[in-house]
Amino acid sequence: MPAPAHLFPLIRNCEISRICSTVCYCHHKHLCCLSSHFAHSHFRCAPQKKFAALYRPKENFNHFIHARDYTSTPQRFYLTPPQVNSILKANEYSFKVPEFDGKNVSSVLGFDSNQLPANAPIEDRRSAATCLQTRGMLLGVFDGHAGCACAQAVSERLFYYIAVSLLPHETLLEIENAVESGRALLPILQWHKHPNDYFSKEASKLYFNSLRTYWQELIDLNSGETTDVKEALVNAFKRLDNDISLEAQVGDPNSFLNYLVLRVAFSGATACVAHVDGVDLHVANTGDSRAVLGVQEEDGSWSAVNLSYDHNAQNEHEVKRVRKEHPKSEEKNVVKQDRLLGLLMPFRAFGDVKFKWSIDLQKRVIESGPDQLNDNEYTKFIPPNYHTPPYLTAEPEVIHHKLRPQDKFLILATDGLWETMHRQDVARIVGEYLTGVHHQQPIAVGGYKVTLGQMHGLLAERRARISSVFEDQNAATHLIRHAVGNNEFGTVDHDRLSKMLSLPEELARMYRDDITIIVVQFNSHVIGACQNGEL
Amino acid sequence: MFLRLLSDVRWQATHPKWRRMTCSRRSTSSTAEPAPVPLPAEAQVVICGGGIMGTSVAYHLSKMGWKDVVLLEQGRLAAGTTRFSAGIVSTARHLSVELKMADYSNKLYQQLEQETGVSTGYVKTGSISLAQTQDRLISLKRIASSLNVMGIPCEIITPKQVAQLHPLINIHDLVGAMYVPEDALVSSANVSLALATAASRNGVQIHERTSVSHVSIQKGRVTGVETDRGQIKCQYFVNCAGQWAYELGHSGKEPVHIPLHACEHFYLLTHPLKEPLASNLPTIVDPDGRIYIRNWQGGILSGGFEKNPKPLFTEGRNQLEIQNLQEDWDHFEPLLSALLRRMPDLEALQIMQLVNCPESFTPDMRCIMGESPTVRGYFVLAGMNSAGISYGGGAGKYLAEWMVNGYPSENVWPLDLKRFGTLQSSRTFLRHRVMEVMPLMCDLKVPRWDFQTGRQLRTSPLYDRLDAQGARWMEKHGFERVKYFVPPGTDLLDLEQSKTFYKPDWFDIVGSEVKCCKEAVCVIDMSSFTKFEISSTGDEALENLQYLFSNDLDVPVGHVVHTGMLNEKGGYENDCSIARLSKRSFFMISPTDQQVHCWTWLKNRLPDDSNLTLEDVTWKYTALNLIGPRAVDVLSELSYAPMTPEHFPSLFCKEMSVGYANGIRVMSITHTGEPGFVLYIPIEYALHVYNEVMNMGQKYGIRNAGYYALRSLRIEKFFAFWGQDLDAFTTPMECGREFQVKLEKGTEFIGQEALLEQKQNGVYKRFTMFILEDHDTDTDLWPWWGEPIFRNGRYVGKTTSSAYSYTLERHVCLGFVHHFDEKTGEELVVTADFINNGDYAIDIAGQRFQAKAKLYPFSSLFTQRRRKDEEELSGYQRE
Repeated sequence: MPAPAHLFPLIRNCEISRICSTVCYCHHKHLCCLSSHFAHSHFRCAPQKKFAALYRPKENFNHFIHARDYTSTPQRFYLTPPQVNSILKANEYSFKVPEFDGKNVSSVLGFDSNQLPANAPIEDRRSAATCLQTRGMLLGVFDGHAGCACAQAVSERLFYYIAVSLLPHETLLEIENAVESGRALLPILQWHKHPNDYFSKEASKLYFNSLRTYWQELIDLNSGETTDVKEALVNAFKRLDNDISLEAQVGDPNSFLNYLVLRVAFSGATACVAHVDGVDLHVANTGDSRAVLGVQEEDGSWSAVNLSYDHNAQNEHEVKRVRKEHPKSEEKNVVKQDRLLGLLMPFRAFGDVKFKWSIDLQKRVIESGPDQLNDNEYTKFIPPNYHTPPYLTAEPEVIHHKLRPQDKFLILATDGLWETMHRQDVARIVGEYLTGVHHQQPIAVGGYKVTLGQMHGLLAERRARISSVFEDQNAATHLIRHAVGNNEFGTVDHDRLSKMLSLPEELARMYRDDITIIVVQFNSHVIGACQNGEL
Repeated sequence: MFLRLLSDVRWQATHPKWRRMTCSRRSTSSTAEPAPVPLPAEAQVVICGGGIMGTSVAYHLSKMGWKDVVLLEQGRLAAGTTRFSAGIVSTARHLSVELKMADYSNKLYQQLEQETGVSTGYVKTGSISLAQTQDRLISLKRIASSLNVMGIPCEIITPKQVAQLHPLINIHDLVGAMYVPEDALVSSANVSLALATAASRNGVQIHERTSVSHVSIQKGRVTGVETDRGQIKCQYFVNCAGQWAYELGHSGKEPVHIPLHACEHFYLLTHPLKEPLASNLPTIVDPDGRIYIRNWQGGILSGGFEKNPKPLFTEGRNQLEIQNLQEDWDHFEPLLSALLRRMPDLEALQIMQLVNCPESFTPDMRCIMGESPTVRGYFVLAGMNSAGISYGGGAGKYLAEWMVNGYPSENVWPLDLKRFGTLQSSRTFLRHRVMEVMPLMCDLKVPRWDFQTGRQLRTSPLYDRLDAQGARWMEKHGFERVKYFVPPGTDLLDLEQSKTFYKPDWFDIVGSEVKCCKEAVCVIDMSSFTKFEISSTGDEALENLQYLFSNDLDVPVGHVVHTGMLNEKGGYENDCSIARLSKRSFFMISPTDQQVHCWTWLKNRLPDDSNLTLEDVTWKYTALNLIGPRAVDVLSELSYAPMTPEHFPSLFCKEMSVGYANGIRVMSITHTGEPGFVLYIPIEYALHVYNEVMNMGQKYGIRNAGYYALRSLRIEKFFAFWGQDLDAFTTPMECGREFQVKLEKGTEFIGQEALLEQKQNGVYKRFTMFILEDHDTDTDLWPWWGEPIFRNGRYVGKTTSSAYSYTLERHVCLGFVHHFDEKTGEELVVTADFINNGDYAIDIAGQRFQAKAKLYPFSSLFTQRRRKDEEELSGYQRE
């Protein structure tokens, strides 16, 4: 018998007011100021959008109030269902993997991905590519902070570092010889990109040179051992972060590039990357994005298995690790208000040289850097209690999982999703979406007092919930629809969706974060056959 | 709990006599269970099923004097679908026999409480059927016309009048409504109990908690019933098992096919309104919203027929599951929306329960009644399509009459079990078909509507060829038949849009097919007709057929005879053409839906003689009907045989070769009165002969045609068709077919006496042709069938079929004219003078059109007078 609360959508009409009354907490999680005193003394200037991540909650709220002042009344923009759909579907992308590509049988059926911006421009990035010289597929989500430069760079470069780390010695030699003699390069990755996912042309030469240096070192090191995926992932992460740091220190004669590498280094990004090869699934995670495996139980229900650990203050091991890396005297200040040095939410990240370089190095680079950098309050600001850098690392935690036939899909998503929905709900919604089966609890009136009107309202909602499934051709879109539009009954409420999506740019970030989702679907038949040693 | 309220069972206390007879009803509560009354060893009739149908049959049997009747109920009386019934008695029915059953039921229930002392909850509330569209209003007006001539008060009212009759209705989207003030509400379970009480007083034994395992059959007759409490020998068995009737029919060694299937049916019960609704508030039927709403204990009861029904028990289940069906609110949502749209003030009304009660539906939305074609003495009454309470009284009466008198007092062919064969008995077919039938309960009933499910079951070998040429199909007895051929490049409306009471979109297409039949030659595939062969080693075949058929069959070999297969009262059980193939073998062609009925009729009446064989050869032959003046030329070119009337006279049959194929039975009949031939082709030659005919016919302008053209042709020629115009209550004398009866053929035949009497005394109804005078084909409503006929402003009968005559450029209706005494209403003899001296009008949905009555076709209008039929007709005319 369902709870009576589920029967009566009595408060449907006062939702938005309730949402409004609960927005006083800050959504700018990644970076946040330590004390009001400090903030007041240093940050009076009008915030620039790109580096606007350093408000304290109160200011945030003031800003919100301010915004309300000049729009006079909180405007309610009503979006029609087609308008809502066009917003939700603007960034959706699907890729179907041929089960047999002529060489290998793939355990991945395909993936759906999508992102919904809250920041303008969006600070999340996503990447997906098939390794061409080794087997396997790479998928990743990257959540940028203090701008999108770092996330953009990581999304472009990380998979190359991983692919190169995985390459056998002979292939590396072959590639190096090709570059040396100006021959055509063997393609390393086949990218699966949405038209909105771009690569920066200007930096490609610079990035390539750094990558080449990396593989040259790998050739020199030639351990002779077959490459372990776990190790390769860790090495690639660390190497890329190192290169980002070095490029910023060295600078570039081209002023645009010089500014770019500095922006990359001074902004930050988390990364959650999955490598799937047959039944071997590796998830390398740095930061607070998350990988969750959707498992179908024997009774058809869905459960979620975490394949990554969040690197933030909620993770005791991380807190311990960070504290251990610094002298006892800093214990109080290293993690403060659930943030690294009271500022940064993720405890591991790419870029963010402000948490990695010595104060001297930071000052030197900024001073010699372009004016834009010098004028920026954020870059000039040195975190408080900054004594024993580095405080931050890009080293990922890698989890290896042997896929089983009941493992139906993998969800990679930035924290924008996970802070709105529990992973069990996420697994259920995606599972039901992918199988087309909807376990709606039947309604029974029983002894409850229900009027015809109430029942009518409830039934209309349940019907809308089913119809929303058929609107989406993309599991990630469907998930975003739920993440943004779910009401207290767990059903998509169009009014709510409409309100959330029509928020003006300056307000959107207060109600929600950027959301980026990749849903990878596995081929249970292939996995089953792999398990039985048939493949 | 509510079920208790709904049925309000009080009969236990008031009827202690009966309580003694039945076994423990309180077995759950009392520990000391009285031993059940033992079953009798023998009875004349055993009825299975204690719902409204079983008790009604028992009631009427006992009233008619059959007292040795045992009624067995597997659970408790009125515990199945009957208990869950909404209890609405509604006479607004499309079919005249259904209307009569409902009217009788209403009158029976009204006096039942007085008769039995059992409270039936009968309240005369009236009912209002709402129309949201003009088409719906037309449909209601058609019913209103029928009701009015039946003497049932009924009027078409405006939305404002609706609001006056019912306080809660939102009338803004209504265009009108039909008000039937005498419709009623009853407590269905109590009606059933009242009938049982009366029956048991008349001597019927009722045994609850006794289930029938199977029926014993010997030599094609019922001999007894096996139950879980022992055996009962009996002569008659009545299957009133409702939704379990199908399974019960299949439980024995010889299956009795009862094509019905259960669907979940939902209705809602609410708590009373703040100001409780009056118990005499009219019942609302909103077919466009697919719902009905009645007052119920101060609140409402509202259910409906959704577009996406949920069939259940396809694999068969036990009875107990009926109690535990789940409420499905999501499924009910569209109906709830319709309810709140119709009565917006109910929003605040509190729900009591959503009831899920299975209802049984049949393949054609009509109930199933009558004797099994395979087992004598096995009767069936089931498949009520959710109108069990409305039909209960009348249906029980007709079945009782059928058993006692051998035939009911009304033409029940539309409800006869024999209209179905084994082919409608597939569970898959039934499951799919009932999913179409249930929504039809509320869909607009327009002329020429065809079922869309369960199709392409029986087809001619030419099906694909014809389909590729644009054939549009209808279905009869599972057989696909062509309606007409859509010429390439022509677009017709899609199914839903083509529904109309006015001029249909195929009007010109059929017109050109008719024209071709008149001027050149057309081919119609008529393979669906039922074909039997009767042969014997000696003269048995002829002797028996002479007894079974009214015309003289002792004709020279090669002649074809049109004859009726009559019952004792002289009525048509079948109308057929019989060709004498040889001295001792006959080939018989009957309408498609006669396959089961005619077979049964003949089987039951032919002696069990090994020298005499009756064979159904329907499947062996493909029939091509070549209609038109150039048919002669096509056929003679194909066969190198002269086909002119001198060599091949009318009503002649000969085996010959057509193209390369040999052994084609060619008959000079067309079933339309036009010149031409029907070719009966062994199926393996069908494609060859068709190709040859089409190739050869090209220079004569041959084309395909369909049944709509055939229908127009036969109706303008005043040809009656069995099943539409002719039925078991119509004699040849009444439809101007005396020439097909040879009263002095030297041998006795069934129906002879009745016909002799009729010849002396005259007939009480007369088949008449009406030509509509002031009817505009383009803008006026088209006649269909069942329209009342008025003579000098007084109702005299109903039409039975109609068509547009492309030759006369007028609508032609066929129908029967009665002569009711102006004062007493007594039926008087109808004379030719009576027909000829009168001003006639046909009532189409309340609008009357002037019509000219004719007793004979316009022979002069049509081409040559060379057909034998017409010579005979004109001869008759001179008499």
